[in-house]
Amino acid sequence: MHVTFSEDELAFREEVRAFFRDQMPAGLMEKQAENIPLDRDDHVQFQKALFRKGWAAVNWPVEYGGTGWNIVQKHIFDVEMANADVPNIIPFGLGMVGPVIYTFGSEAQKKRFLPDILESNVWWCQGYSEPGAGSDLAALKARAERQGDHYIVNGTKTWTTLGQYADWIFCLVRTNSDVARRQEGISFLLVDMQSPGITVTPIITIEGDHEINEIHFENVAVPAENLIGEEGKGWTYGKVLLQHERTGNAGVARTNYRLTRLRAQAAKSIRGSAPLLGDHNFMRKLAAIEVELKALEFTELRTLAAVASGKAPGPESSILKLKGTELQQATDALYVEAAAYYSLPYVPDQYVAGFPDQDRIGEGGETLTSLRYFNFRKASIYAGSNEIQKNIIAKHVLGL
Amino acid sequence: MDFSFNEIQMMLQDSVEKFIANDYDFDTRQQYAASDLGYSAEVWQLFAELGWTAVPFSEGDGGFDGGPVEMMVMMQQFGRGLIVEPYLANIVLAGGVLRRVANERQKTKWLRPLIGGELQSALAFVEPQARYELNNVETTATADGSGWILNGSKGVVLNGGNAGLLIIPARTSGASTDRQGITLFAVGGMANGVTRRPYATVDGHQAAEISLRDVHVDAGAVLGEVDSGLAILEAAIDDAILAVCAEAVGIMQIITDKTVEYSKNRQQFGVPIGSFQALQHRMVDMLTACEQSYSLLLWASLAAADNSDESSKAVSSLKYQIGTAGQKVGQEAVQIHGAMGVTWDLDIAHYFKRLTTIAHMFGSADWHLDRLARL
Repeated sequence: MHVTFSEDELAFREEVRAFFRDQMPAGLMEKQAENIPLDRDDHVQFQKALFRKGWAAVNWPVEYGGTGWNIVQKHIFDVEMANADVPNIIPFGLGMVGPVIYTFGSEAQKKRFLPDILESNVWWCQGYSEPGAGSDLAALKARAERQGDHYIVNGTKTWTTLGQYADWIFCLVRTNSDVARRQEGISFLLVDMQSPGITVTPIITIEGDHEINEIHFENVAVPAENLIGEEGKGWTYGKVLLQHERTGNAGVARTNYRLTRLRAQAAKSIRGSAPLLGDHNFMRKLAAIEVELKALEFTELRTLAAVASGKAPGPESSILKLKGTELQQATDALYVEAAAYYSLPYVPDQYVAGFPDQDRIGEGGETLTSLRYFNFRKASIYAGSNEIQKNIIAKHVLGL
Repeated sequence: MDFSFNEIQMMLQDSVEKFIANDYDFDTRQQYAASDLGYSAEVWQLFAELGWTAVPFSEGDGGFDGGPVEMMVMMQQFGRGLIVEPYLANIVLAGGVLRRVANERQKTKWLRPLIGGELQSALAFVEPQARYELNNVETTATADGSGWILNGSKGVVLNGGNAGLLIIPARTSGASTDRQGITLFAVGGMANGVTRRPYATVDGHQAAEISLRDVHVDAGAVLGEVDSGLAILEAAIDDAILAVCAEAVGIMQIITDKTVEYSKNRQQFGVPIGSFQALQHRMVDMLTACEQSYSLLLWASLAAADNSDESSKAVSSLKYQIGTAGQKVGQEAVQIHGAMGVTWDLDIAHYFKRLTTIAHMFGSADWHLDRLARL
């Protein structure tokens, strides 16, 4: 048992650092540094750069174009990606539907969908939650009725992140209502967003951005060949995906990066103020989050090691999601505290290219701290609320 | 000992409650907040007509002679209604300075129009480098004949963009954090040398960055005594803490009620989510936080009304409580509403944002706990 990196691993880390330093799409890092919101194309170009390097699908098996990395390499990649402050990989294609397709899809589906996911040619979104089916996902009502060689889909999906950019959506739909358990009769369907009968309605979130959507399906005809696996088995496939999602939600490396930046910021005088380093209360709070985060980093590594030895991510992924989102939110709250009065101005318009520095209110991203804090209250709600994670742990780990 | 409201306090509470119920629903509030002005000029005029802008001022000044308890009653209702009209900036902050130190001429010029609803005003008590330290004042006022010349910057000035009157604390002597040497000046919002950059705040209110470059004022602009402005400023900020904490208690109470109501209606797993014990206990914690906060609010308001020695201790205790328990209640209200709680269209999100800005105004929870530890 050891936690030091070998020579090879250090060399790999150097390669990852060099890649993020030298091979990012033009303009991306400037936007990141100036807190300018990224558009669809920024994300696509970033992911294409990863693809060209062969690093788009970190977790996929080599045969489908994945990296085949071991957990140490994945960990290094994750940390360096956070420290380089590049965007997150949009999870819906590469992190979610891709693994479902290569695990449960037909050969034809793999051929048809995986290359475009790998190359970020197609933007995917997730159709799980419904207005009446949130924490209780199995209550979903969107139905798909088989008519000849098509399914006719009717219903509403909601909280669909970046659905406004999506070319395709993967959905859990009800194909059979006459079942003993509600989890039966649910199927996993891939739907072209261009299909007639689909409308996308924006939902504005607490901080004022358009990030999520409601998606309505009215008699949308979906070719039956877009069904993944067996009809009625969608719940099983979807659950596998959720466990992947939860593992990815811990965000340990990102939170660590944000804490490191906050520490650096605390050493500086902002607008002539006394550095926060001298504020004992503030630094104790920062240190306490760092302690918990270090623990979570090791918990995550232990989980990844278990996965590497052949286990699927199990209910322990719920602990990662639970704790990881709590620490994200605690970090966000600390950023707001650091900004003090400069967490108040609502001036998102000043984060555009070429905005004159002298006209900017607050230093750096100070006025974004509260917006991020508000927005990230979602983290303890999405991907199965933290209450649901506790239920999963109570039931499947503790056997209660 | 009697914790019941007197007749006047009851009337005040009823009238604000009725106004919100009849004329100030959430959609209306959102429209006012999104308008160019950031609030409704008509509503502000109505506040003046109803006498609400007169509440804390003496009868001699044309006021209503209300004290901290009357203010508490009103502000709690304003919290429930999530009012965006600049009552805090005008009546509590600027009014708090004027009613304490303005001379007759200044009262005629500034205070009467303020009470009448004709003048918008702001107290520029934050400097960009100062965080929560009111004595950290680097804006300077240098004597110039019988008048003064002001130079410096003020940050996050509530209602600063709309204000015809800016009250500017400036240093007339001493070093940048000395308690002595701060003087309060009445400066016209449109005075030469005043530059304002107005913006909305995340809670739907309005503020501005203000810079002063060689702003000339005459001797009559000095509010109170030269070099002795800090105590006045601190007294006005204590009023403001009581006011925003009353507002916060109103918010905490209404979102706790709304969360309980939602949990009774929202069905998941075939039952209302309010039937889950895990959530029940958390809503009990929310209620407990509301009750504890209201208790401290009463203590602090009564201590202020009595001019008690304990007043500043009570104010800091209250602000600490609201900074911690208020955030917790806000977060729980959002969480129990699920994804609905983080949508712009639901009032819960906006109540939570206001609780958050209140937590970071006039000293954070930690700042006040430090003050208590030193008392």
